[in-house]
Amino acid sequence: MENSTAPTAATPRIGGLQTPSQTVGPYFAYGLAPEQYHYNFRSLTNNELVDPLQTVEAITIVGKVFDGQGNVIPDAMVELWDANNQLFGRFGTGTDVEKRFIFKALKPVSVNGDAPYLSLILFMRGQLIHSYTRIYFSDETALNANDEVLLAVPAERRHTLIAQKTGNYYTFNINMQGDNETVFFEI
Amino acid sequence: MSNIIYNNFDMEVQPPRLAPDYTSTILRAPTKPLVLLKQSLSERTGPVFGDFNLGEFDHDLTKNARVNGEPLGERIVVHGKVTNENGQPIPNTLIELWQANSCGRYVHKVDQHDAPLDPNFLGTGRCMTDSEGYYKFYTIKPGAYPWGNHFNAWRPNHIHFSLFGANITNRLVTQMYFPGDPLLQYDPIFLAVPPKGRDLLISSFDLSITEPDFALGYRFDFVLRGHHATPFE
Ligand SMILES: [Fe+2]
Repeated sequence: MENSTAPTAATPRIGGLQTPSQTVGPYFAYGLAPEQYHYNFRSLTNNELVDPLQTVEAITIVGKVFDGQGNVIPDAMVELWDANNQLFGRFGTGTDVEKRFIFKALKPVSVNGDAPYLSLILFMRGQLIHSYTRIYFSDETALNANDEVLLAVPAERRHTLIAQKTGNYYTFNINMQGDNETVFFEI
Repeated sequence: MSNIIYNNFDMEVQPPRLAPDYTSTILRAPTKPLVLLKQSLSERTGPVFGDFNLGEFDHDLTKNARVNGEPLGERIVVHGKVTNENGQPIPNTLIELWQANSCGRYVHKVDQHDAPLDPNFLGTGRCMTDSEGYYKFYTIKPGAYPWGNHFNAWRPNHIHFSLFGANITNRLVTQMYFPGDPLLQYDPIFLAVPPKGRDLLISSFDLSITEPDFALGYRFDFVLRGHHATPFE
């Protein structure tokens, strides 16, 4: 044996094949949304993309996530990304009594004539890779009717991408499976 | 002229959405084909966490939840680099992690495994990669724990990680495993990854980062989705 003073370093893996995805599992809350779930650790982000007390035009987006038997999923994590305003939020479905996700956000505006939307990323136990979808808005009928992305979606499934406005909030339910399975995108 | 296109998930190494041996996927995996999206501003951008003030011990799980002493278990250092498929480092990106304690018990209230909680260990932390894409955490080696997927099902030792990368297409949630774990061959979550991708989830023992009289070192590099160029049409 030669006398090695410098210990052998593990071989780095730089570039090459993607690191595979694995499920977020059931126990993400104290790490990824600690304050929402009342753990003693500071959250980096929450469900307020904007502070509704400071922003009169803030909208509310609420929804539930349903599994293939129509049961509400109480351990999903939802992330919203508003690219134009560079705003991000995250909320788990485990704390609301009805197991809803609830966000305060800005209503996005149309860019280049596209229908306004927010990006939504969904994680949960039972998903080995996260799902990506978009929230469009029911009060944007004209823009929705001509939107390139919505038109690329089979007509009978388009409604799954459109949050329904009721009063001052929008409802966006997500169905993982079934007749009304939400459209998920490959990005 | 050319256009930068972000790569899709590489299904030669990524797990399928439906993997029936992992029974929770049966009612939760989308069944209809995904709709391919032309990438726009949303996919070329993502949240930037540079403005957050991380806590002094956010990267050190052996210290960030101490109440009256040191957490129990084997101290480890986990370090590595975040790059994309093209080999470019991903600097200043947020990495979050969470894990069971040395007995295989999560702090999460839903975890009912009959193993002790450690009053000095929360099991979560975070850090930013440096300008070269490098990160380093101190923690306790997590224990294996049972779960209800099938009779006598045990998860191999693992640490959960969440990464953002340079844009939304880079988003990655994964689990890091340990070399030589005999439970890997029975774990349907790990085995859902095609054989070609499995080694990418197993950390390497790293004597060069092992700290004498203190902690064992492991290396785990992350490779996020990269990009390629296509000519403008
Ligand atoms: Fe776990």
